Amino acid sequence: MKQIAATAAAFGLVAALATPVLAQDMSANIKARQGQFRILALNLGVLGGMAKGELTYDAAGAQAAADSIVGVSMVHQPTLFVEGTDDMSVDGTRALPAIWENPDDFAAKWAALGEAAKGMQAAAGTSAEAIGAAMGPLGGACKSCHETYRTP
Amino acid sequence: MRSLALMGLTALAIVGAAGLYITRPQTVDSATFAALTPDPVHGAQVFTASGCASCHMAEGSKTPLVLSGGQRLASPFGTFVVPNISSDPEEGIGGWTLEQFASAVTKGTSPEGQHYYPAFPYAAYQKMTDQDVADLWAYMQTLPADPTPSQPHEVGFPFNIRAALGGWKMLFTPKDWVMPADTPQLERGRYLVEAQAHCGECHTPRNALGGLQRDAWLSGAPDPSGRGKVPDITPATLGWSMGDIAYYLESGFTPDYDSAGGHMAHVVENMAQLPASDREAIAAYLLALPN
Repeated sequence: MKQIAATAAAFGLVAALATPVLAQDMSANIKARQGQFRILALNLGVLGGMAKGELTYDAAGAQAAADSIVGVSMVHQPTLFVEGTDDMSVDGTRALPAIWENPDDFAAKWAALGEAAKGMQAAAGTSAEAIGAAMGPLGGACKSCHETYRTP
Repeated sequence: MRSLALMGLTALAIVGAAGLYITRPQTVDSATFAALTPDPVHGAQVFTASGCASCHMAEGSKTPLVLSGGQRLASPFGTFVVPNISSDPEEGIGGWTLEQFASAVTKGTSPEGQHYYPAFPYAAYQKMTDQDVADLWAYMQTLPADPTPSQPHEVGFPFNIRAALGGWKMLFTPKDWVMPADTPQLERGRYLVEAQAHCGECHTPRNALGGLQRDAWLSGAPDPSGRGKVPDITPATLGWSMGDIAYYLESGFTPDYDSAGGHMAHVVENMAQLPASDREAIAAYLLALPN
């Protein structure tokens, strides 16, 4: 009996020690993934602004923005979306548990972003109109993932 | 004494019966609809603007025109399971008449003469023109049949008493417009927002009985699922220009290039198919809202 209590206490101690460390690790992962979406948004802002005529079209600037989006799309997502970082488990995220229930579909949707990003990469240097046309598939990739895997 | 009690009971029964009579399920006027010539091509546009597929397709479906139902809509009153409204004559609505369809869409009354729950947004659809309803019906009959049976709603007592919905409808589904509209563009925007796209169903807060608070129109509400919030889209809070709103409805991108998620992603897919002038009309309507 005493031994069981001691074991339980030991487990409790391990859990108590482990939890903060784990939480810290996860917050880094969450920050990183939120950061990558900010990088996407900023670069989409450059491209969208040019497509809408709010910014003067500049081929080099557009290309750099599109290349950055492709770069982010190549980041390995499972490193960022680690188990236990859904919105039911931790605060400060809108990632739904469904991500971890359907890892293959989540990966496929991220891959679709990569495809749309390559389309933008090919279009960005040519004209503002071409950027406008490539925004559609990019927006579609964002939506199709957010629809299922992010809280409103 | 006993006769007094009996009289009381009788009076109560009469009041109850009168109440049920007054709040009984309503149907449309058949002569009105019989006189219309439905246009299924225009009906496709009504279908898109009204967002029918967003709720009536299967969850995560890749074929949104198969209206097999099955999506689960959580609410404080229980979970509503969206029914099959495909053209299947047994499990869907293929066997209905135009009159039955119009009564369902604009009065919230089933062909069996029961009240539908207001998860079905007839509070908005009742403001549609008869012609649009007839066109919608003509179009929906051209969509594929699906044999998936509709599932019962998971709604507990007392909300499972459908007769009570008659009173609810009288209290909370006034047919008049929420907003004035003094230009053709605002009128068009109002028609899209208030009658078809039923934006208020999620973006307007509800009272304790689930009635929309029209004095807080489109000022945001808790997500009915209990998680997250549906944003306030009145102009001062939203802070978007006309171009921002129209572009969001076309592309799903906010001015900060975040993108629409959840059910709004479906809404954007629908709005993107409308003419640009319709998205601008919606933007104009939203920008004219009081703060």
